[in-house]
Amino acid sequence: MKRVRAEILSTRTLGAYRSLTLVAPELAERARPGQFVAVAMPTDRDFILRRHLTIHQSSRRGGWAGTLEFVVDPAAGPGTAWLSDLRAHETLDVIGPLGKPFAYPKRLTNCLLVGEGRSVAGLYFLAQELTARGKRVDMVIGGATLESVFKPIEAKRLSQLVTVMTDDGTLGERGSIIDALPGAVERCGAEVVYAAGRPALLRAVAALCRTRKLPAQVAVEERMGCGYGLCGTCAVPVALKDGSGWDHARACVDGPVFNPARILWDRWPAAAASADGADDGSTA
Amino acid sequence: MNQGKRSLAVDLGGLVVPTPVMIASGCAGTGRELAGLVELRKVGGVVTRTITVEPRQGAAPPRISETRSGIVWNTGMQNPGIDVFIGAELPAWGKAGTPLIVSIGGGTLEEYVRLTGALQGQPGVHGIEVDLSGPDDELERPMLGAHVDRVSEIVGAVARMSLVPVFAKVPGGIDVVPIAIAAARAGATGLTLTGSPPAFAVDASSMRPTLGAGAGWLSGPALKPLTLRAIAEVARALPRMPLLASGGISTSLDAIEALVAGATAVQVGVAVMIDPTAPVSIAQGIVAELKRRSLLSPMQLRGAMRTAEATAT
Repeated sequence: MKRVRAEILSTRTLGAYRSLTLVAPELAERARPGQFVAVAMPTDRDFILRRHLTIHQSSRRGGWAGTLEFVVDPAAGPGTAWLSDLRAHETLDVIGPLGKPFAYPKRLTNCLLVGEGRSVAGLYFLAQELTARGKRVDMVIGGATLESVFKPIEAKRLSQLVTVMTDDGTLGERGSIIDALPGAVERCGAEVVYAAGRPALLRAVAALCRTRKLPAQVAVEERMGCGYGLCGTCAVPVALKDGSGWDHARACVDGPVFNPARILWDRWPAAAASADGADDGSTA
Repeated sequence: MNQGKRSLAVDLGGLVVPTPVMIASGCAGTGRELAGLVELRKVGGVVTRTITVEPRQGAAPPRISETRSGIVWNTGMQNPGIDVFIGAELPAWGKAGTPLIVSIGGGTLEEYVRLTGALQGQPGVHGIEVDLSGPDDELERPMLGAHVDRVSEIVGAVARMSLVPVFAKVPGGIDVVPIAIAAARAGATGLTLTGSPPAFAVDASSMRPTLGAGAGWLSGPALKPLTLRAIAEVARALPRMPLLASGGISTSLDAIEALVAGATAVQVGVAVMIDPTAPVSIAQGIVAELKRRSLLSPMQLRGAMRTAEATAT
């Protein structure tokens, strides 16, 4: 983990989202899929916490070497709105890469990646790394509407079969990602499932993988304070590895990637409620 | 005034800390996380998160909600219990090279006595901070530290048993002076002013409390004026007592204001969550102010506030 002042190389609008690419070689060379960065807010505003943003791309080689990209939803809150208005050549105070990354399967090959909205951003980085290791990648992605499906063309480029779900049917099929999961698992012959998103979606993924005995990894989203293990606010209820009970793990340093079989969904209120997450609340 | 060397060290009633900028309880992790983020030797001291006798799993998430210039939070005092703390976390803190103050909390007198006993003689413990923000399980009151009788009893017991300086953390959101006087009379070495005041956050879209615990506490820059008021009032009532300002201190100017109002040192919490090097940069800002005023020690700033009577002509 490093703290750097990084220059913004470029910004782009991607549907409902904004993407920022930073020049940050020290972070880019270390970054792995599933990890995040903590971006400081300006000191003269009343929104004060760092924003915790999943790494969407990290380039170690080629023309974009040493760059790192993350994606924000401008409508999520004042912090992401401020980030969305930034332009190239401005600089940001960034700490990263933070958190435990996704692990790659050694033996199994067919990987199904599941995510919704902006949460999909981190899965594209994972898809690239899996493909580079000779794995088959399929995806189920979605959002409320066409605009909130993150880079559907990129999804097609990175994977074999892509299922797109929208609440209003403006892109792909009408319905929820959760509805599409069992069919997608069948069609792709999935052997491993990776997911990112709200607790309610991750819970559905966990339930499906339990019944089908599929190994899975999920990247959780929970409100964070610091992002590096100091404050103990980004709590996720998990079973202890020695079987002696449960405790709250910290999403920032013990996660954000967890084995969903260890998560105690009934003790996680957000996994029960159909939270719509209309707040950036400094979540990853 | 020009003789001698300029030093940031301050004396907290026998505990001399290298700078007057410490990390507040609950914002320092478990002893390992800060190592790569800040040079701990340049931090005035660290207060651990509050440790209880038994392990606590803490409050259900979400535990934090950002508000204007602050956070509303409730971790439910999650901690591994005193035995695991001593076995697994204290050794890591020992290597940090900064004075360590262990925050202890509970709901009964017996718990405070057992915690103090367990810490007695432990190497690497330089002080104890008595957290009094929890509910009183014996007298069935919502907050231990809001009542003079219990503060006297608990702080008195800890102070009598402890071999290291004892700091009583006076809760926020209450009339602090009577509580501060009770803690001082009971034998506290110093006072931390104040704990986070009680607060609440509502999620209008779901029409539910934002925090999993329901209610929470307010921290962050929004608190500074409340902290300055508490420091100024208690400094007047207890002029010789070491006072640690806690709540809303996030810049060197904030820290200097707290010292001028009567604090001996400051604790920073939310500032560290945002910038882990804040305790060091704030200390550097205090050095610059001492130089500017040709002072040799932050102790010379302490209580330097000109009162309304003194400035009135």
